[in-house]
Amino acid sequence: MTRTLLLTFSFLCSALLPPLAQAQQWPLPAARFEVEGRKSGYFYLGRQTQILEDDDFQNPGMFAVEAGSALWRKVEGEAGLSCASCHNNAAVTMKGVSARYPRFDAEKGGIINLELMINREREQRMKAPPLKYESEQLIGLTAYIGYQSRGLPRAIEVAGPAAPFYEKGKEFFFQRRGLTDISCAMCHDDLAGANLRGDVISQGQINGFPFYRLQWRSMGSTHRMFEWCNTSMRAEPYPYGSEEYLNLELYVAWRGRGLPVETPAVRK
Amino acid sequence: MVRLVLAIALLVAAGTAAFAQQQPAPRVIEVNTPPLVPYRIVGNTIPEPLTAQPGDPVRGKRVVTDATNGTCVLCHAMPLPEEPNHGNIAPSLAGIGSRITVPELRLRLVDAKRINPDTIMLSYYRLHDLTRVQQQYVGRTYWAAQDVEDAIAYLMTLK
Ligand code: HEC
Ligand code: HEC
Ligand code: HEC
Repeated sequence: MTRTLLLTFSFLCSALLPPLAQAQQWPLPAARFEVEGRKSGYFYLGRQTQILEDDDFQNPGMFAVEAGSALWRKVEGEAGLSCASCHNNAAVTMKGVSARYPRFDAEKGGIINLELMINREREQRMKAPPLKYESEQLIGLTAYIGYQSRGLPRAIEVAGPAAPFYEKGKEFFFQRRGLTDISCAMCHDDLAGANLRGDVISQGQINGFPFYRLQWRSMGSTHRMFEWCNTSMRAEPYPYGSEEYLNLELYVAWRGRGLPVETPAVRK
Repeated sequence: MVRLVLAIALLVAAGTAAFAQQQPAPRVIEVNTPPLVPYRIVGNTIPEPLTAQPGDPVRGKRVVTDATNGTCVLCHAMPLPEEPNHGNIAPSLAGIGSRITVPELRLRLVDAKRINPDTIMLSYYRLHDLTRVQQQYVGRTYWAAQDVEDAIAYLMTLK
């Protein structure tokens, strides 16, 4: 009798648990880093760097997640609130959120990403000043929210009102630019896996952002990475948070649809 | 952004009668984009040197291995064991001096996109038809005219 009850209970638990367990199952099996030919940057890393990402105790990006966790609970602004005041436990309320960003936003009439959404929450709900793009605080909060979706597949909506912005982002990706006169696609579509001097070119996916880049010895946002690639092409970059980069982010995110959220990823 | 005006004059080349009978005359394009030295593209070549001073192979080696300025090793393997991490995007340049003529190599370096519009290879001496060049590089090319001639002199030693 007791045994049957226990069994029923554990069966119920396991039936309820999978979604949670899925998000927390880490590291992922290697096969999960590829979806229908779309490959995470993880796929192209040396084993040592993969291990850094796999192990939360070694992953240098976890410092940003911890900083974000503290900010989540910090009361700021005239409303006297923190994120936690309304959203409570991020592990529950923010689970799956970053997997859906960037997205079309009706209020803005354009694309909003997680960084700008966080700042909007600060300004509108907390009556607190926005955080500087690329600041430790904004990276921290973005990483903390992203981390709650780790392992979940990226689900990016590009139909409906998002469609024209998706088209612009796609055009950006294929546009040759800069003194090099090359496009994002020429490296990340055509040459993934090849060696550009000491670098292995990946597909340029953004499922792990904000990430820790060993070359920078710091965290970086998607827009900082776009800037880096733009200047490598000797092309004038756009400002962080600009419409151009938001549209590009939408296209690139869609390009990696289904890939697991890896925040905070570690890259070379 | 400063956009330099490109004057392309498409000329009908008057080849020798015998030559013309066998194959169509090669396409001739005059490129004049000041302050660059004007040059003439004939088919897949630039026959005339860009400068009067003959190329210096010793200097040319430095030009093509300059890590801060579009070195060939980014994409090509080269017979230079002292250079680390050769790229594998493009064919090896070992023996290139035996496979290519100087006029062909000159166009390849000046503006590889004239040979293959879809190539990722950089155009080392070209200013026209560029989009959103980074501010600090506007109006600049990777190389000066003499760099092109020096690079050719070096690359032709790779037999
Ligand atoms: C000359 C080749 C080249 C071009 C062109 C290029 N990139 Fe990259 N990109 C790289 C290299 C090299 C890296 C670092 C290694 C890697 O992750 O691919 C990189 C990394 C990235 C990453 C990080 C991937 C990850 O897993 O962390 C993203 C995102 C990216 N690029 C996007 C872009 C976008 C968008 C463009 C066009 C604006 C672009 N790249 C143009 C070579 C290029
Ligand atoms: C006054 C209450 C309140 C505060 C404070 C607040 N939020 Fe929100 N937030 C909301 C409500 C209400 C929504 C819309 C309903 C929802 O999606 O949960 C929302 C939506 C969001 C979303 C979008 C969720 C999605 O599904 O797209 C994010 C992300 C978010 N908040 C993050 C934050 C962060 C980070 C902070 C702290 C900087 C914060 N919020 C502070 C109430 C608040
Ligand atoms: C960004 C990558 C890249 C760089 C940098 C680059 N190349 Fe290339 N190169 C290529 C590719 C790719 C090809 C293959 C043919 C094509 O795309 O047109 C090529 C083809 C060539 C060819 C023709 C090869 C043959 O066997 O016929 C020559 C010669 C050449 N490159 C020389 C150079 C030299 C010299 C440099 C340095 C000054 C250089 N390349 C820099 C990518 C590059």
